Amino acid sequence: MRSIARFQTAMAWGLILATLLLGWFGRDLAKALDARWLVKFPSAWVIHFKTKISAAMKWLVEEAAIGPVAFTDITRALAWLIEQPYELVLAFLAHGFFLDSGADPLVILPAISWIAVTAGVIALGHYCRDWGLALLVGACCIYLAVFGQWESAMVTLASVLIAVPIGAGGGLMAGIWAYRHPLGERILSPILDLMQTIPIFAYLVPILFMFGFGPVSALVATIIYATPPMIRITILALKAVDPEILDFGRMAGTTERQLMWRVLVPSASQSLMVGVNQVIMLTLNMVIIASMIGAGGLGFDVLAALRRLDIGAGFEAGIAIVVLAIAVDRLSQAFAERMGQIQHVQPGSWLARHKRTALVTTLLAVTWVLGQFSPLLLTYPESQTITTGVFWNDTVKYLNVNYFDLFEAVKVFFLHWFLLPIKKVLLGLPWPWAIAMLSLLGWRIGGAKLALLCAALSTLILISGLWSKAMITVYLCGASVILATLIGVPLGVLAALNRRAGAVVNLLIDTLQTLPSFVYLIPVVMLFRVGDFTAMIAIVLYALAPAVRYAAHGVRNINEELIEAGLVSGCTKWQLLRLVRLPLALPEILLGINQTIMLALSMLVITALVGTRDLGQEVYIALTKADTGRGLVAGLAIAFVAIIADRLIKAGARGARLRFGLES
Amino acid sequence: MRQNLNVLAALTLATAVSTSSAWAAESSDPIRLTLHDWSGQLINTKIMGSILQEAGYKVEYVQADYIAQFAGLKTGDLHLAMEIWETTGREALDEATASGKVVNAGETGLMAIEEWWFPAYMKDHCPGLPDWQALKECSEEFSTAETSPYGRYVGGPVTWGGFDEERVEALELDFEVVHAGTDAALFAELESAYQRKDPIVLWVYVPHWAPAKYEGEFVEFPPYSAECYADPSVGVNPDMAYDCGKPRGPIWKAAWAGLPETWPGAYEIIQDYRISNEEMSAMVGKADLEGVEIDTVVSTWMSENKDRWSGWINN
Repeated sequence: MRSIARFQTAMAWGLILATLLLGWFGRDLAKALDARWLVKFPSAWVIHFKTKISAAMKWLVEEAAIGPVAFTDITRALAWLIEQPYELVLAFLAHGFFLDSGADPLVILPAISWIAVTAGVIALGHYCRDWGLALLVGACCIYLAVFGQWESAMVTLASVLIAVPIGAGGGLMAGIWAYRHPLGERILSPILDLMQTIPIFAYLVPILFMFGFGPVSALVATIIYATPPMIRITILALKAVDPEILDFGRMAGTTERQLMWRVLVPSASQSLMVGVNQVIMLTLNMVIIASMIGAGGLGFDVLAALRRLDIGAGFEAGIAIVVLAIAVDRLSQAFAERMGQIQHVQPGSWLARHKRTALVTTLLAVTWVLGQFSPLLLTYPESQTITTGVFWNDTVKYLNVNYFDLFEAVKVFFLHWFLLPIKKVLLGLPWPWAIAMLSLLGWRIGGAKLALLCAALSTLILISGLWSKAMITVYLCGASVILATLIGVPLGVLAALNRRAGAVVNLLIDTLQTLPSFVYLIPVVMLFRVGDFTAMIAIVLYALAPAVRYAAHGVRNINEELIEAGLVSGCTKWQLLRLVRLPLALPEILLGINQTIMLALSMLVITALVGTRDLGQEVYIALTKADTGRGLVAGLAIAFVAIIADRLIKAGARGARLRFGLES
Repeated sequence: MRQNLNVLAALTLATAVSTSSAWAAESSDPIRLTLHDWSGQLINTKIMGSILQEAGYKVEYVQADYIAQFAGLKTGDLHLAMEIWETTGREALDEATASGKVVNAGETGLMAIEEWWFPAYMKDHCPGLPDWQALKECSEEFSTAETSPYGRYVGGPVTWGGFDEERVEALELDFEVVHAGTDAALFAELESAYQRKDPIVLWVYVPHWAPAKYEGEFVEFPPYSAECYADPSVGVNPDMAYDCGKPRGPIWKAAWAGLPETWPGAYEIIQDYRISNEEMSAMVGKADLEGVEIDTVVSTWMSENKDRWSGWINN
């Protein structure tokens, strides 16, 4: 037995060494053997999926019809349906109702006053939890007004208010369907994988064709991106409902429909709200990309500010997105808690029971009427806004002028000793060897099925002619994930073991996740120039969060008895960490790394904006050339890389859990 | 962008149209103009929109991507794009007009220049500038750790084209072309280098705010000609094409092919519309460097040039 195990270990190390050597000398070898096809897949063998997809899309948009109703008529009707409530909310929150005629439209009803919104939000905070929450969300509103972000924030809020109900409601329906029909789950699962891993840029062009130009397309793209977690959580939550409750419902003689809506959904409501929360967060993550195709609002402000290199203004608009996210997030969480509690109807008249509603409604009416005489009541006066823009601009300038040489030295070090070697190995690796090794790895970790999946997906990438771009993708993401893990896991362990450090780390992670990456991308370009290193920094910053969160979660949730056992056997603090805590948290840490990889891949399209040459760039080029097929093929290639990584790591984590006896 | 209360709007519009009987046959639907994310285009579009509004048309602004907007112009989702650059948009424009669904509504009066550009302080490092031959001598002045011993030239996003790799080879310049992914990244490089007075040569285009903010010049390459791009034997290098500068040319207006029939009066105004590089540079500078709101810049232009635009309307 022992010798077999030793042989296997030696074998594994041997293969890894062989792979590294092959990669390092791959190009020279291919040249020496006169077999360039080994490292560069011959273009004659490439299957042109993209032209086929483009042709199919053209047919769908121009010719497809059910009877007399063209496909685009259906999508346009859908767009119209979404547009009506959106326009209404937008007019109510941001633009006001107009009688549109010529250059000077007549205002019928101005947009809701900032005072009324702030009061309403404070009242909602108080209703959902307490004065503490009311104060927090009120402060968020005041920030938006004082920093002059009010109108843009309301435009963004309008799109959130439309996208979230559609995403959450649709997700709930799809989840219920999948829960009822086992086949449904099997159909949905791969679709969800693709929805989460194909970059949005890849399907923006077809969406523009189908839903027309303007905010509706942006809303549709947002909904596609933000719905999958809701569906997944719905399925999980419904499955997790206590079977006794289910039996009780059946015994009470409910119909299928009653069982679902009166018993199952209410019992799962707490978990379902987690899904709604995810939808809200992802919707706010999308504001920058949505603004590129017509959503306007804070996302557009960020883009426009950076376009004129006003880093400060971009930063302020970015922080406004974070503030909005915090307010909406905390409110929705508190609202979910409140819904979960049993409420006693208080005695008294309607007015006595609805003091807050009455107050806010009165305030709304008063500001509308008096606003005719004093515009201050309707819009926050521009002269009273403050800005910290100059400070941010000067900070970046100071760093740039004084520390550029230092930054340059760090960059050169990382490039020479870290990035470039990885790149050389991956690009030099002969593809037959790479696919074989990937399949072997899949087979060792997850059996024949996983091996087949790895082989099939990587071969598809190969024959679509994107091999070398995919390898650059793997290199850039791989290097970033290694760094993010090296930084994130210790941070997470620290956050778990030290309460005060935990609070600081949490705040940092929350900000990094909601702050649009574009905001810090441009200052990073100023300090490090365009190129792979800059892209890597942006990816690491964005993808750090799950590595920290999962590591902290894993370390916190270790069985106390095992820690006790460690202490009793005389472990020092350091030994306890190294020998007990870290190994036991390993499955969680692996899942965190898995999520880090997913986030890193989703950043690729953004890093294409600073000049990387990977699949993300391919998607970006396709977007700017409105080439549907090219974008979708590259998008699918990214999704395949993601799926391979996801399946391998999940299988690995399961293996680790089995070994520690956490799962049987 | 604005909420229309349809019935009321239709009523008032009916009166509005009946008063201006000249365009009685025209549609009362709003004309949709596209907005991109650079100030010059926003100003240009909003001036056009304001003039159309003055003439009694309804106008809507729609955010759209520069190239992707052609899909919308073809279907009639979008009606008018005010800045299609000869230099970057010509291919897409030709393709769209060839389909018969988009028409070229003439020049805007703006002339686009795109070329290699350097800050004025580079003349101390490389005295022969702006002549391109000087780049041959002092390519090392422009080098960085990654490109050494070659000079580093920051080109535009790959999607802008520009044939810079070919140009470097044909003119035998010891430069490496590094592509910035976006306009913002490109000028972030310039800002960064300019703050430190570090060597840089990069792709700059006008009308843009950069030449107003930073002192510098375009490199003078052998002038562009179509033959130079197409025929290797033409130009400095007898064996290679692209041995000259980049083409310069007008910025065009592009419209949905249905626009001339739907709003014939508006189409005439659109065709008449002209604005100059100087005016535009001044306005872009105001908006991007002095932080004046775009709507303010537009309304200032409108009140200062009343004679000009009322001439276009009454023509």
